[in-house]
Amino acid sequence: MVQAVTTLETGRRTTESASTGGCASSGCGSSTDKLAHLPAAIRAKVNDHPCFSEDAHHHYARMHVAVAPACNIQCHYCNRKYDCSNESRPGVVSELLTPEQAVQKTLAVAAAIPQMSVLGIAGPGDPLANPERTLATFRALSEKAPDIKLCVSTNGLALPALVDAICEHNIDHVTITINCVDPEIGAKIYPWIFWNNRRIKGVKAARILIEQQQKGLEMLTERGVLVKVNSVLIPGVNDEHLKEVSRVVKAKGAFLHNVMPLIAEPEHGTFYGLMGQRGPTHDELQALQDACSGDMAMMRHCRQCRADAVGMLGEDRGAEFSIEKIEQMDIDYTAAMQRRAAVHAEIEAKRQAQRQAQYEKREQAMQPQRGEVFVGLDSLTRRRPKALSNAQPGVSESSAAATVTPAPTRRAGRALRIAVASSGSGVINQHFGHAHEFLVYEVDDQAVRFVGTRRVAAYCSGDETCGDGESALAGTLRALDGCTVVLCSKIGIEPWDVLEAAGITPNGEHAMEPIEDAVAAVYAELAAAGHLAEFETQTALSA
Amino acid sequence: MAYQITDGCVNCWACEPLCPSQAIQAAKPHFIIDPSQCSECAGDFAEPQCASICPVEGAILDAGGKPVNPPGSLTGIPTERRAAAQAEIRAR
Ligand code: SF4
Ligand code: SF4
Ligand code: SF4
Repeated sequence: MVQAVTTLETGRRTTESASTGGCASSGCGSSTDKLAHLPAAIRAKVNDHPCFSEDAHHHYARMHVAVAPACNIQCHYCNRKYDCSNESRPGVVSELLTPEQAVQKTLAVAAAIPQMSVLGIAGPGDPLANPERTLATFRALSEKAPDIKLCVSTNGLALPALVDAICEHNIDHVTITINCVDPEIGAKIYPWIFWNNRRIKGVKAARILIEQQQKGLEMLTERGVLVKVNSVLIPGVNDEHLKEVSRVVKAKGAFLHNVMPLIAEPEHGTFYGLMGQRGPTHDELQALQDACSGDMAMMRHCRQCRADAVGMLGEDRGAEFSIEKIEQMDIDYTAAMQRRAAVHAEIEAKRQAQRQAQYEKREQAMQPQRGEVFVGLDSLTRRRPKALSNAQPGVSESSAAATVTPAPTRRAGRALRIAVASSGSGVINQHFGHAHEFLVYEVDDQAVRFVGTRRVAAYCSGDETCGDGESALAGTLRALDGCTVVLCSKIGIEPWDVLEAAGITPNGEHAMEPIEDAVAAVYAELAAAGHLAEFETQTALSA
Repeated sequence: MAYQITDGCVNCWACEPLCPSQAIQAAKPHFIIDPSQCSECAGDFAEPQCASICPVEGAILDAGGKPVNPPGSLTGIPTERRAAAQAEIRAR
């Protein structure tokens, strides 16, 4: 048993040292990185992409530009008045840009926010249903800002025909939304497609779409392009089926599978919204993500950001960069690019230091590690190897093979969910009232695990003006359902009382501490004080 | 004879690049078809392109003024269901 664990540990070190060189500065092998099992080349590519790397999204910024209005299919969760719901929250209309405006906006943002590393086109429709506009934007940007990575999201229908055109540019990330690999299921999600100048409906339409998606995926991975797969979890339609989707897309070389919840309200006017199709609960989403991540790396920090989102994930600064404002900006592109290079180097140095500190702490504690997802609770018991069933999150195949002894998967009842308010950098640095979202971690006596984000409306918009603070706070309470503790930098007295009354303990004592260390520490404090038992009843862990 | 766009149009741009006669223009409050340009796609395509990609039921009328995609034909949402939901939302 111990030996198996040691093999794992050695395996991890080998990976780290094998990829040194690029590694010391580009910093792979983050302790919280779900990508640890991937080849070094892919990890390096993913390393500073804020949408793909869980660690990087604390540090880097991305933006989307809305240049692609048209779409060539219909999804039952989409109302085409709004942005493509594959990538964005429904109900938000983007400011449609011409390719020229999009290029200007990107350069302006990249000059103002030097953490900027990725430009994406995700809508408002399907970027590849608007090939001229999308490719013109990419062409100009590869020329004018060669340091910015480009990415594109698509429903996949037009992908095979455009793979070569895409590969001509500085594009190395493509996201395909794949909700099914079975046309019968597909017919319940996609009522029609536009194909070869005709509208095609039903199972036949779904079959063509699925064929094109799979072919596109294969063509991209053959050409060495990173492919992420998004799926929308639709309870009763594709929930069980998504496990199969996960297996298939992984076998074809997708490196991340991101399962997003269906958002369906009657006011969106979508088929699902009007027909009363419900979205998944937090627990259903998490259970499915757990089930799928046994197969491949999953991304849980996806915020379903808007098609024209600007800034760090979870923060939208789009309003600062409207067309009128951009047109008045005077930008020195070369200086901006140099500044970005300096800032990115600084970020990498900081991330490297964080990892080093964490690594040393573990070494000291002689704590055998399992997989890369977990952070040891040094202060608590020695880690015991756990079962590595398919339902086990974040475990790569190689580590599954290395650890032989099965043991209980997770001891529900003792695990706690802890919500964290953070505006980035991997530390607890956000005021409770300013948080637009909370990162949720699950912690037990063996590990800290990031399980997802919960969006909320910021409770406090700034100074005295807490207009609809009350209702926002109620929404926050709902979003924090199932969490026992909220960690934040500060919190007001009023929300404190409300949280406590709801059985959630606010905690501002770990401000500015690294998130995982703080979560582990809080668990240890609760355990030491003998408080764990009292939480058992209220944390209904179904996953 | 020409096709026509109604105010159901959501300005999604899907039809505009497909028209073989360049009859479709982005306009406010919604896209329009220039009746003198529209060829009904005759000689180019078996089916009118604008009406084959338009995602909105009722947004495009044929030469006889009939919706090419009548209510329910694209989304599968029954008309009564849509009406009931809309009434519900208004009542809130
Ligand atoms: S691909 Fe996107 S824009 Fe097109 S119908 Fe689906 S969700 Fe809507
Ligand atoms: S029917 Fe054909 S020619 Fe007429 S507007 Fe539509 S696409 Fe153009
Ligand atoms: S496809 Fe339909 S909704 Fe879209 S712009 Fe044309 S007429 Fe309007």
